[in-house]
Amino acid sequence: MLQLKLLFKNAFRHKVRTFLTILSITIALLAFGLLQTFINAWYAGPETSSACRMVTRNAISLTFPLPLSYKDKIRQIEGVRELTYGNWFGGIYIEEKNFFANFAIEPLGYLKLYDYAIPDGQREKFLRDRRAALAGRAIVERFGWKIGDIITLKGTIYPGTWEFMLAGVYRRGSVDIDESQFFFHWDYLNEALKKSMPHRADQVDFYIIGVSRPEMTTEVALAVDKTFKNSLAETLTETERSFQLSFITMSEAIIKAIQLISFVVIGIIMAVAVNTMTMSVRERIGEYAVFKTLGFGGRQIVALIVGESLIITMTGCIIAIFLTFPMVKTLGRTLRNYLPIFRVDREVFYYYLAASFVVGIVAAIIPAWRALRVPVAEALRRIA
Amino acid sequence: MAGIPFSYSVRNLWTRRLTTFLTALGMALVVFVLASSRMLAEGLKKTLVQTGSADNVVVIRKGAPTEVLSGIAREQAAIVESQPEIALGPRGQPLLAREVVVLINLQRRESDRQANVVIRGIGERSMLLRPKVKLAQGRLPRPGTSDIIVGRNIARRFQGSGIGETLRFGLREWTVVGIFDAGNTGFGSEIWGDVDQLMQAFRRPVYSSIIFRLNRISHFQQLKANIETNPRLRLEVRREIEYYAEQSKWMAKFLRVLGTTLTVIFSLGAVIGAIITMYAAVATRTREIGTLRALGFRRTDILSAFLFESLLLGFLGGVAGLFFASFLQFLTISTTNFQTFSELTFSFSLSPRIAYQALAFSLIMGLVGGVLPAFKASRMNIVEALRAG
Repeated sequence: MLQLKLLFKNAFRHKVRTFLTILSITIALLAFGLLQTFINAWYAGPETSSACRMVTRNAISLTFPLPLSYKDKIRQIEGVRELTYGNWFGGIYIEEKNFFANFAIEPLGYLKLYDYAIPDGQREKFLRDRRAALAGRAIVERFGWKIGDIITLKGTIYPGTWEFMLAGVYRRGSVDIDESQFFFHWDYLNEALKKSMPHRADQVDFYIIGVSRPEMTTEVALAVDKTFKNSLAETLTETERSFQLSFITMSEAIIKAIQLISFVVIGIIMAVAVNTMTMSVRERIGEYAVFKTLGFGGRQIVALIVGESLIITMTGCIIAIFLTFPMVKTLGRTLRNYLPIFRVDREVFYYYLAASFVVGIVAAIIPAWRALRVPVAEALRRIA
Repeated sequence: MAGIPFSYSVRNLWTRRLTTFLTALGMALVVFVLASSRMLAEGLKKTLVQTGSADNVVVIRKGAPTEVLSGIAREQAAIVESQPEIALGPRGQPLLAREVVVLINLQRRESDRQANVVIRGIGERSMLLRPKVKLAQGRLPRPGTSDIIVGRNIARRFQGSGIGETLRFGLREWTVVGIFDAGNTGFGSEIWGDVDQLMQAFRRPVYSSIIFRLNRISHFQQLKANIETNPRLRLEVRREIEYYAEQSKWMAKFLRVLGTTLTVIFSLGAVIGAIITMYAAVATRTREIGTLRALGFRRTDILSAFLFESLLLGFLGGVAGLFFASFLQFLTISTTNFQTFSELTFSFSLSPRIAYQALAFSLIMGLVGGVLPAFKASRMNIVEALRAG
């Protein structure tokens, strides 16, 4: 009991210094949490993919389309339960900075494959009207759209201005999904292309295949790719997860750098905490000598120093945990165009605790060793 | 009476070596992060600015964000080719190239990962239009064959792209007959082959872009107006330099935002470290300060001595951080440009401006960290300070 009291008294003896140390630990932990959240958000796409969905695209690269006629051949392959197809439309809403992903999709199969929560009336309306569009909750809120609004996108891949009628808003169903995408009927795009650019009609960017059981994916992938081997458009079929991962691994270098930096942050707090503890102990060398004279053992002295260090780092940790949520919320709002799913992962807090604990211990090692080694008489003689 | 000698401050730092080292380390890390993120952005800019030439013009389809998504029909190309502002080569032929640009997936050498690589179908005068691209090994591709040449960055990183090796795409085998060096430009991450062969292989009936040199740079506006107002064309004309700068807008912005955010957060931590250190320095030397004042040194002398100490601390950190950041210049980063969706390789590049800024930043950190403690030191009451333990 007395020892605990002593620990707290020691830790807050230098109010300004302790406050600053705690502040720097909190800042560093928040920075670390922020970077980790950022990385998690980057990987959020693959995390939300289903093991029962696969993507077929042109083997050359995603910028090459596949013929529409493939759909009947794919449907005949054993294990294919559901099939849909679509194109990356890449339209711009008013100006470039309003970026959101927009696709032309075959709606019936798509809505069967993806678990979107759409009010019943809206779902019907979207399926019935060829000009209808379906948009995610996040972008609808962002631009203040209402059901029935006419939304105009400027084509980049498909020249011209395209008009859609917002028929429905989707939200996440049982699993986490990106609520900032925009979908419209593939037929609407295709009919227009038949008139304006016939050589680009009847082509799709990707097929999405639903299989009944995850273990069938490998066989289905091999069967699909074998079917179109040596044709003019060879295919590459992979699980949805690896398809999405292939996008992410392209920018892996940057993610790795961010990972590295987030650990450098921990290094900085270590430096600051070690610094603080070194000073505290240096100032109190005389006191430790008095403790020794009073019969305190070396172990107790080490416990005093380590305990004090841990109190400081853990206080910083607790404050950081409380501040993480509001910080991530604010940032999520600013980054929503780029990273739709921006959320705190509970793992981050385990990291916080582990880092604070390790830093607390490491910061106390050198000073404790010094306090132990110093001869009593010399320490009493010395003026800090 | 003269002020307190500088050696007093220097020796103070030396006396408490561990603390000095730790504080300077914190600052060094900040300067390192600041410098490295700026160097990366600078390297990217350098690569993209050097990719374009000042008197070259790129023509793509109206509204197409990149060459890959553009399409120019043969008859449109013929109209563009007849523009009078196009420079002529030594034999009277227009310095113009019709090119096709597509992305293909290639396997990396060091992992099972794939990346999108740009394949450019080039015409006879494509090399002339890009003076920075030089053949480094092997020979140029013969027109009408499946020969390809690859940029240095590609040859190193992707399977089957070394000299004499073959790549398979578009139902054909393509032999790598040469490696070209594109200096610091984005072309170093591309593969070049014969335009007609590639168009056949990929079954693309249209070109992606037309590149040509202007006979006078001042003719640009006139030419732009001619082409863009022609209703038969629906094309867009851009200076090559601007076209490539535009391509990395997002990437540059991303790096800038990331760098700034990190630097701000880190510098807070480092400044706090400096404040703690300097406060402790003042606290442990209360008596010394009292003695100095009793000897007749003025408040301003004390203030400047302590400020100098913390500035020196910042400077040490700055130099160390910059020293380690300068080694990054040997590294190249290859990543996907979000805008073009293709592989891009660039390196860290240290410019004098970045060095000055990093050092200035470290001095500012030292100053901010030292101001409060130094004031505290200079405002001490002499008698009380002398009485302190």
